[in-house]
Amino acid sequence: MPINYYIFLSVALFCIGVAGVLTRRNAIIIFMCIELMLNAVNLLLVAFSKMHHAALAASNASAGINGQIFVFFIMVVAAAEVSVGLAIIVMMYRNTHSVDVNFLNRLKH
Amino acid sequence: MSKLVYLVPLSPFIGFLLNGLLRKNLSKSLTGIIACGTVLVSFIVSLLIFFDVRKDGFETEIVSLFNFIHIGALKISFAFQVDQLSVLFLLIITGVGFLIHVYSTAYMHDEENDHFARYFAYLNLFVFSMLILVLGANYVIMFIGWEGVGLCSYLLIGYWFKNVEYGNAAKKAFIMNRIGDLGFLIAVFWMISKFGAVTFSEVFSKAPTAPVAVLTGITLLLFIGATGKSAQIPLYTWLPDAMAGPTPVSALIHAATMVTAGIYMIARSNIMYTLAPTTQTVIAIVGTATALLAASIAVKQNDIKKVLAYSTVSQLGYMFLALGVGAYTGAVFHVMTHAFFKALLFLGAGSVIHAAHEQDIRKMGGLKKFMPVTHITFLLACLAIAGIPPFSGFFSKDEILSAAYEKNKIYYLVGAFTALLTAFYMFRLYATTFLGKFRGTSEQEHHLHESPSAITIPLIILAILAVIGGFAGIPEVFAKGSHWLHQFLSPVFAGSEKIKEVHVVAANQELMLMAVSVGVAIVGVVYAWSKFSKNPELEDAKGFGKLLADRWYVDELYNAIIVKPLNAFGKFLNEVVEKSIIDWMVNGVGKAVQYGSRQIRLLQSGQVGGYVLLMVIGMVILFIVEIFIKK
Amino acid sequence: MSPTQILFWFLSVLAIFSAIMVVASKSPVHSVLWLIVVFFAISGHYILLNAQFIAIVNLIVYAGAIMVLFLFVIMLMNLNAETEPQKNKWLKIAGVIAGGALLMVFVAALKNADLKNQLAQVNQGEIGLISNLGMALFHDYVVPFEVSSVLFLSAMVGAVVIGKKE
Repeated sequence: MPINYYIFLSVALFCIGVAGVLTRRNAIIIFMCIELMLNAVNLLLVAFSKMHHAALAASNASAGINGQIFVFFIMVVAAAEVSVGLAIIVMMYRNTHSVDVNFLNRLKH
Repeated sequence: MSKLVYLVPLSPFIGFLLNGLLRKNLSKSLTGIIACGTVLVSFIVSLLIFFDVRKDGFETEIVSLFNFIHIGALKISFAFQVDQLSVLFLLIITGVGFLIHVYSTAYMHDEENDHFARYFAYLNLFVFSMLILVLGANYVIMFIGWEGVGLCSYLLIGYWFKNVEYGNAAKKAFIMNRIGDLGFLIAVFWMISKFGAVTFSEVFSKAPTAPVAVLTGITLLLFIGATGKSAQIPLYTWLPDAMAGPTPVSALIHAATMVTAGIYMIARSNIMYTLAPTTQTVIAIVGTATALLAASIAVKQNDIKKVLAYSTVSQLGYMFLALGVGAYTGAVFHVMTHAFFKALLFLGAGSVIHAAHEQDIRKMGGLKKFMPVTHITFLLACLAIAGIPPFSGFFSKDEILSAAYEKNKIYYLVGAFTALLTAFYMFRLYATTFLGKFRGTSEQEHHLHESPSAITIPLIILAILAVIGGFAGIPEVFAKGSHWLHQFLSPVFAGSEKIKEVHVVAANQELMLMAVSVGVAIVGVVYAWSKFSKNPELEDAKGFGKLLADRWYVDELYNAIIVKPLNAFGKFLNEVVEKSIIDWMVNGVGKAVQYGSRQIRLLQSGQVGGYVLLMVIGMVILFIVEIFIKK
Repeated sequence: MSPTQILFWFLSVLAIFSAIMVVASKSPVHSVLWLIVVFFAISGHYILLNAQFIAIVNLIVYAGAIMVLFLFVIMLMNLNAETEPQKNKWLKIAGVIAGGALLMVFVAALKNADLKNQLAQVNQGEIGLISNLGMALFHDYVVPFEVSSVLFLSAMVGAVVIGKKE
């Protein structure tokens, strides 16, 4: 498949994620949108990895494998991030009985 | 020996550091020993160098200490020049300076310990600066000394700084000197751009190739510097006010040494001046006018130091007249004799003030019997300045007058008239002060006494010099080759004399001129003596006399046309420009920032969503700029 | 149109539609479910690209573990009721416009990129296989791999500390 398609698909998913972060107030939904953005990037990385492999396979049997390793590490970090992030949201809910990010306006002070 | 010339300025500098830094811990006697000792060391070294220089086959010696300024092709080294002219000034400065230091130890004895040391620190610093001025082998080093003596003059005039008037006098002296210094500085810059050098030897060797207009400009600017330092029209008014300082300071700085810096500088640059006849004419006219104006003012002054101050201005005018007519030797000769008798006059006046605690001569009189030594020495000095042979003033003044006669009869006539006035006002001063009856209070009379030996011994030494100093330059008419000073200084002025054929005045003509000046002087002396010894003039002057007593209103004129408009301008800047424009701008910036931040603060809602939105907008803008606009 | 292409377009449309639904649905639970659909679609893409290991990990970690965690939290807080307070309407519009502008900028920037004619290898290529990835991971990337385990440990400790009642 032309790499263009993957690029535009990823960009579209990414921007939907951005729009979600901007429009929603529910902390969990915002978090999910961030995951969506991460996945858009992952998809693009894998597509690029395969692109490079197609171009360079003749000279290097494992060309482009770095991209997929990178995706693997992103997943690892994302999993860690989700565990901590959800813990924070639970904590926040316990204190404010809400997951509305607008209650978190402490930054003003 | 000339290699050790750096010791000459170094020694007073060490004295300055010791006295200045340890002034709280030193006793008065120790301070005095340090101050006098360091100057004495300089004097001895100068004397040794002098004997060196007198030897046959002496060549001008440049002692380079270190590289001072090095910019591009311009190299200015911190170098001293030892030749006949500088060594003569060295002797005058350190010799007279030493005597005045000794004198000061007695004169300033009533001061508190640390002020006493402060005084001597300033005095040593002055001697150091003056020596740098005289020794410098280029105009930049000379300028260092030039500024240094101006500073010391300021510090010493304002020595009693608690008196506001004295402080103002100090400021006046400093500012007027600065005006002149600007001329000097511009001249140095001009030299650098024109000749690419400031060293005397290089500048003088390149000077004949320069256009006359340039030389005229440079020499005129240098002369402006000299008018400031040497108190000539129009910058002379600071010198009479400078009498606010202690009397020995007036003797050292404002009579014997610093004020002759301008003469030294012009004598040093004599080749350039000889090549610029226009400047010479200007100098001669200014010198003559100053001599006459100051002498006329001195006639009606009643403050003993003011009379001497105007007399100094007048004598400096003579020296400039000599420079203007090309009689460089005569000018230097007069510097030397003037240093002796004027220092003596000031020190004698100081002795009188010390005894009577009074400066107004109308309240003195009859001091002859109370202070014999002071009286005799003062009388000798008066005879010397009046030009009575065979005292020193006669020889130097006569040399100047005959040179002036040779150049232009008008200079001679004004000069001779000034000599008459000089004899008159000096003996008016002498007669009013020392003759007749004492006119002060009986309490003052009770206190009258001869001064201690630290005061009288310098007086005696200076009196001897004032009497015999003139024999250094006996006119050639009396004996061939008798003018020792002329021969001694001839290497310095050789360049000028080669350019300009010096006319030798015919012998009988010169004798006639001498007779005229002696006659004029004797007329002045006798008239003043007979007029004032019995009935001194005690009332305030009226009519033309009042004009003279009020110094031709020159100070008032300067006040009206320069000081007041400047003050008004300053007030305008302060009250209008500062308050309504500068303050408005400064406050406006503050207010704008405050208003802006109050508005921008609203953006900080504390809501995360808003921040993220701003971040995305920022990213979009960055991408647009980076990807589309930058290309 | 080959079956691969058909699959590609199908999965792409599914992914975008589901992503929009994630953002648009009112109920958080629905959002989670739609997100799972997105992940499945993306995993499908991975399989098309012959990145089998990533595809499986994506399903297990994201669609399985992470989304279940999300669901757990939502259920725990009883958020399935549509209690979410609505954001300011203008801020919402501004958010959509900002996202759209970002999309426009990206598309405009990338549509003429140099590599637009390059092809991504589909259905073939060995690098996505677990044996090759394993070799690379444990040869060249063994240190980052170990470091990531430390990261996990610290994240675990952090989560416990934060979630603990005082």
